[in-house]
Amino acid sequence: MYFIPIFPEIFLFLWAILIFVVDFFLKEDKRKNLGYLSLLGILITIILLFFSAQGEMFGKVYSYDSLSLFFKLVFLLSAFLAISVSIDFVAKFRAFKGEFFGLILFSTVGMMLLSSARELIFLYVSLELVTIPLYVLAAYLKPDKKSAEAGLKYMLLGAISSAILLYGISLIYGITGTTFLLGIKTRLMVDYLQIGPIGPGLFLSFIFFIAGFGFKLALVPFHMWAPDVYEGAPTPITAFLSVGSKAAGLVAFLRVFFESFSVYNPDWVTIVAVLAALSMIIGNIIALPQTNIKRMLAYSSIAQVGYILVGLVALSERGVSSVAFYTLAYLFANLGAFVVAIAFELQTGSSEIKDYSGLSISSPTLSFLMMLFLLSLVGIPPLAGFVGKYYLFAAAIEKHLIWLVVIAVLTSVISLYYYVGVIKEMYFNKKEGGEKIFLPFGIKLALLICIIGVLLVGLFPNPFLNLASQAATVFKY
Amino acid sequence: MIEYVWLIPLLPLIGFVINGILGRRLGKTLVSLIGCGTIGVSFLISVKILFELLSLPAEHRIIERVVFPWIYSGLFKVNVSFLLDPLSCVMILVVSGVGFFIHVYSIGYMGEDKGFARFFSFMNLFVFFMLTLVLSNNFLLLYLGWEGVGLCSYLLIGFWYEKKSASDAAKKAFIVNRIGDFGFALGIMLIFWTFGTLNYSDVFLQAPSILTLGGGLATAITLLLFAGAVGKSAQIPLYVWLPDAMEGPTPVSALIHAATMVTAGVYMVARCHVLFQLAPFTMGLVAVIGAVTALYTASIGMVQNDIKRVLAYSTISQLGYMFLGCGVGAFASGIFHLMTHAFFKALLFLGAGCVMHALSGELNMQKMGELKNKLPVTFWTMFAAVLAISGIPLFSGFFSKDEILWKAFSQGNLILWIIGLVTAGMTAFYMFRLFFLTFFGKSRVDESIKSHIHESPKIMIVPLMVLAVLSVIGGYIGVPKSLGGGNNFESFLSPVFGEKGEIALHPASTEYLLMALSVVVALLGIFFAYRFYIKSPDLPKSLAQRFSFPYKLLLNKYYVDELYFKIVVNPLLKFATFLWQFFDVKVIDGIANGLANTVNWFAGIGRKVQTGYVRNYALGMVFGVLLILAYFILR
Repeated sequence: MYFIPIFPEIFLFLWAILIFVVDFFLKEDKRKNLGYLSLLGILITIILLFFSAQGEMFGKVYSYDSLSLFFKLVFLLSAFLAISVSIDFVAKFRAFKGEFFGLILFSTVGMMLLSSARELIFLYVSLELVTIPLYVLAAYLKPDKKSAEAGLKYMLLGAISSAILLYGISLIYGITGTTFLLGIKTRLMVDYLQIGPIGPGLFLSFIFFIAGFGFKLALVPFHMWAPDVYEGAPTPITAFLSVGSKAAGLVAFLRVFFESFSVYNPDWVTIVAVLAALSMIIGNIIALPQTNIKRMLAYSSIAQVGYILVGLVALSERGVSSVAFYTLAYLFANLGAFVVAIAFELQTGSSEIKDYSGLSISSPTLSFLMMLFLLSLVGIPPLAGFVGKYYLFAAAIEKHLIWLVVIAVLTSVISLYYYVGVIKEMYFNKKEGGEKIFLPFGIKLALLICIIGVLLVGLFPNPFLNLASQAATVFKY
Repeated sequence: MIEYVWLIPLLPLIGFVINGILGRRLGKTLVSLIGCGTIGVSFLISVKILFELLSLPAEHRIIERVVFPWIYSGLFKVNVSFLLDPLSCVMILVVSGVGFFIHVYSIGYMGEDKGFARFFSFMNLFVFFMLTLVLSNNFLLLYLGWEGVGLCSYLLIGFWYEKKSASDAAKKAFIVNRIGDFGFALGIMLIFWTFGTLNYSDVFLQAPSILTLGGGLATAITLLLFAGAVGKSAQIPLYVWLPDAMEGPTPVSALIHAATMVTAGVYMVARCHVLFQLAPFTMGLVAVIGAVTALYTASIGMVQNDIKRVLAYSTISQLGYMFLGCGVGAFASGIFHLMTHAFFKALLFLGAGCVMHALSGELNMQKMGELKNKLPVTFWTMFAAVLAISGIPLFSGFFSKDEILWKAFSQGNLILWIIGLVTAGMTAFYMFRLFFLTFFGKSRVDESIKSHIHESPKIMIVPLMVLAVLSVIGGYIGVPKSLGGGNNFESFLSPVFGEKGEIALHPASTEYLLMALSVVVALLGIFFAYRFYIKSPDLPKSLAQRFSFPYKLLLNKYYVDELYFKIVVNPLLKFATFLWQFFDVKVIDGIANGLANTVNWFAGIGRKVQTGYVRNYALGMVFGVLLILAYFILR
């Protein structure tokens, strides 16, 4: 039996409301269980994904296909991990525990809808559904000034980027007379045949789209919010932002540019390639002097987007599949690193890299896992990151983007320095007498999933590659 | 069972993994059960496979099985796949069979060692690599096994790594082998470059058409391959690591440095006989190096006092015989000697191990003597081995060694034959010298040890007996036609090496004459040993004084180690110091640090852009948009 395509989203949406409602009826000390309830909802949603029919709804506004399946899995996985590490984190709050989980679920629903959006208004609304809960979540530690500041900054800049995106949408509507992605494509094709090269209006709207999505992706030069927000927001939310929210931006970018703007590929792809190069360079270089692990990971995530886009600008099926694949590899490694940071912060209250010294003595397993996650982010075999980067670069080389790959490889070398810096702190700066980091169940679960992911994707990439290349078949190249 | 040939190497690997990871928690009984059991089962499978092969008609006895695709990259395609033919069948039987008994022996020998589990896991790993080496059907997997056994050899020589001499010996073995392996790797690359494939069957099939007989390419390939064999099988000039390798536990010497790994070079040359036969120059070199090594190391072995070192030099010498056999085109004889040698040399090492066990680790033969009655089983089993290696008729070594000498002679290599004959005499001499010094004469054992000399436990004795039986009867599968045998061994291997009709250049009477001659020479060697070490034990000392220069030369192993140090190691060290202090510290570090400082400088600037003010961030975004727009307008 198959459900209608949008059923998983509906289910998760209702489940989120359920969380809000149940919250009222639970005693203060039982509210921790809301986290487990949310996890259950996500698990059911994942199962529902496989029992829902693929296809279009609402007259091609919404489409559930292999691309959105892949990304929905990514979103749900990152939400699952974010919530499972939040359970003990949230227990410290005095109030509003239920909302925390509910808001994450709402944002996840937004991401899922976004990955299926094939109409610009629907896409925009989904995007706002992703972001608005995140504004709230970023500011969740209200007494903490940094958190409040993070929320406010995120909202202000997010609003600007939304405005820019909306401007782009309206320009496109003005030029083509439609907001359907396929319709835009047909119109642009006709225009191209009749008028020829790109006009300033269309180009401006491309820039606006790039800027709007670039904000979500934290792509240079639209990245500046990221370090401040990442540092100030509650760490589980930072983790969620760095993966889920980024992947959401990515899928929207893919949908719009690969489906609608493919006629003018040569015009926008150079811009994106340059921005990718800039992201890799600036992200990696500014990550070097960082002393706070969250800020370091923020810059690292800016650089990682650059790597992902290397595969994207190859404009090929293999390129898109490598983008999808790397997103998965990045998810496990990056969230894994964040989970360790959360566990550490939960106990010591610190996220300074220098406080990690001697961790290998007090918590050898945790340090070892952290090392694997960081090495996977660098792209050291046999971990997931290596295979992922390999496919990204291979796709780019296939399209003769040698200069971009050279930058990517060189900046990878630079990235080694700051990732290994943490490892050095843990293993070589011996400091006896550090306390053993206690791992609550939720964090253990998340660590387990991440390490399995990093190793499995690295050692047996084939099933994941198949899934990714299936996702890439959605577009015509 | 042939379908399950992959189980043969896999089982020891499983043993390695279990013992390697859980060894410390399992307890000695379980560790030894797993360590020996896995190899025992491999041995049983090998035996079953032998019988299945025998039941097939001779021309169907070459079977290839792909286990899984390994590396597929463009034109470069390599599978993990196994080749089962009479040659590899002989090798897996020797490796797993002798290996099994040595493992059993180790249970007793290593019983008190704190690294018990580590020992067994390394031994299992070694057997895995060795079996992979001999079963591979392509050069890359061969190379994997080749390097793997080298690694295990390193780990096991340095097993007692707290001892400086042991860790030094391990390093020496590894580094010296590197030299040979470098050539070997180049040879494999050259093969791929020439043939576009690394599969034996493809390479050997195309070899006659692509390579010309005696051509430069064929010579280059075979010379490079032989360089690997020279390192691994400890031939001149790379033999220096093997005597030092005796620092490892005695079962290691028996398994790795006598019976199996060091014979890998012989196996490889025999395996590539198609290529070698296309390069007469290399063949000649193989024969000459083999013969010279045999003579040279036998001469060193005559004066050494360390029981294991005598055996080590003897091993090198016997390997020389095998290469001599291969070099004159008698590959089957070389492999035959490889097999019998595996039996009796493993036995000799294990026997020496029992002696050491009884004498609290004493190695110096001058401090032994009169052990005959105290270690009866060791005495009798070693007696069988000594007779076998000395080439006394009816014992295995006689058949295999004589086969090689006969082939050398019948090919017309009179000089090589004479060298081989003289070596045979020396072999008999030094083996009986060892035997007499250890078991006969007056006891020279330290008083403190004397009281508790004891025979080894059953678990060590039984493997000795089994190997003794093999040393005696192992030769009967290859009795030559002239002695009424059918030379079954050679005809079993004929699908690999090709049917070679006996060249009837020399009548059978010549063969009898040569046999008689070599027996006489062997007996002569024994006679001298008897005269020197039993009849008048003072004679060697006075001889050593009278001929002090040659004696010293031999005792110090021709000063080759010192020579290598002078002309290779020291100049290298000086050059390395120069590179380190000037090139590395100043140039390389300077560049690296300079680059790092530049990047950090940029980072410092980039950081300042991040002011923390929302207005600046918003401005940044707008600026970005404007920049892109500018690009569009200006392009």
